Amino acid sequence: MTPVLETRRLAKTYDTGGTQVLAVRGIDLTISRGEFVAIVGPSGCGKSTLLNLMAGLDRVTAGEVWLGGRRIDQLSETALARMRRQKVGFVFQFFNLMPTLSAIENVELPLLLVGRHRKEARDAASRLLDDLGLEDKYDAAPSQLSGGEQQRVALARALANTPDILLGDEPTGNLDSASSREVLALLRAARDRGQTLLLVTHDTRVAAAADRVVTLRDGLVNDDTELQAARPVTLPLDAGGPV
Amino acid sequence: MRSLFLALLADESRHGYEIKQALEQEFGDQLPALNAGQIYSTLARLERDGLVVGQSIEGDNRRKRVYELTEAGRAALTGWIETPVPGTRLKDEFFMKLVILASAGLAEPKALIAGQRREYLQSLRDLDAMVSADGSRPAAELLAEGAILHLKADLEWLDLIEQRLPMQREPA
Repeated sequence: MTPVLETRRLAKTYDTGGTQVLAVRGIDLTISRGEFVAIVGPSGCGKSTLLNLMAGLDRVTAGEVWLGGRRIDQLSETALARMRRQKVGFVFQFFNLMPTLSAIENVELPLLLVGRHRKEARDAASRLLDDLGLEDKYDAAPSQLSGGEQQRVALARALANTPDILLGDEPTGNLDSASSREVLALLRAARDRGQTLLLVTHDTRVAAAADRVVTLRDGLVNDDTELQAARPVTLPLDAGGPV
Repeated sequence: MRSLFLALLADESRHGYEIKQALEQEFGDQLPALNAGQIYSTLARLERDGLVVGQSIEGDNRRKRVYELTEAGRAALTGWIETPVPGTRLKDEFFMKLVILASAGLAEPKALIAGQRREYLQSLRDLDAMVSADGSRPAAELLAEGAILHLKADLEWLDLIEQRLPMQREPA
């Protein structure tokens, strides 16, 4: 089956005042439909650069990016923007909601941008907000919402066009632990409905919520591991336990 | 486990089953079924060392042995209360295994580290699921939170080991 997202020998070099910085140094990564993948690594390992390259938000230096069987790294800005609107959902660390729009208008926006009718967009947006437990927040401005609520609106917006892949850049990075747990549970619920997800995080606890964890180091894949469903935990009471 | 038993006997004398119940009260379902043998052998050792004294009494339908602290037991408990547990944790089974296996040429360090990283990530997932599920006791939940923080540090440590440890055996 065609992978949802694939990179081939992907590389990115930044030129910082005459010095070449190799941010990504040749990454081959394949994300299949329905996978929940976390990319983890210390700051500077290249994970955010990788995400931006995969989303077409940044230009590759070498290598290829394929989304849904189509090569996207050479598309024009206009074609990339159209592709992102239709195929990719984003969740960011700082939510990036439109501050002048209400919660429901933020969720409607991507639907209207791909040409859905107003009524249809309103119905779909309310369903999404209801699913994420925001049925009483339709008309709230982002500034009236807590961080966790804003991220849930952002998640509803990201899911609005049933994207091929949902990309998250530190989606829990600006949330307290309770909201962070809530957002992770919603991401897992999206995965359970078949949504493909790819998160970038420096937090290994967040990464462990995914089914596959890719560890980057110095712009390369250092490890790529599949996790199983959570196993039951038992506490030892002998030496080394809680006593 | 010994000092914990002394603490559970500080205020009242108890028999083995009551000690088991007191532990389950705090730590709940995550506590593996404590086997009676473990409890009774610990109590027997404490009694042998003069820290508790047991007395057999007739129960509802069978004899039980009820234990209470001795003077020496109370002093040992006070000592335990007043002494912080050691802060430095230099005991690490994985690191010893890695160093010895690598130097003996019995395993590839990179593969050992990858396997261990998988185990740590899986354990993080297990603990996070336990903490997220309803119904765990506050004490068990906090213990899991602590283990999660340690695992995050262990994962960082694995990265450091991977960067610093010579990965090739010195040619003979």
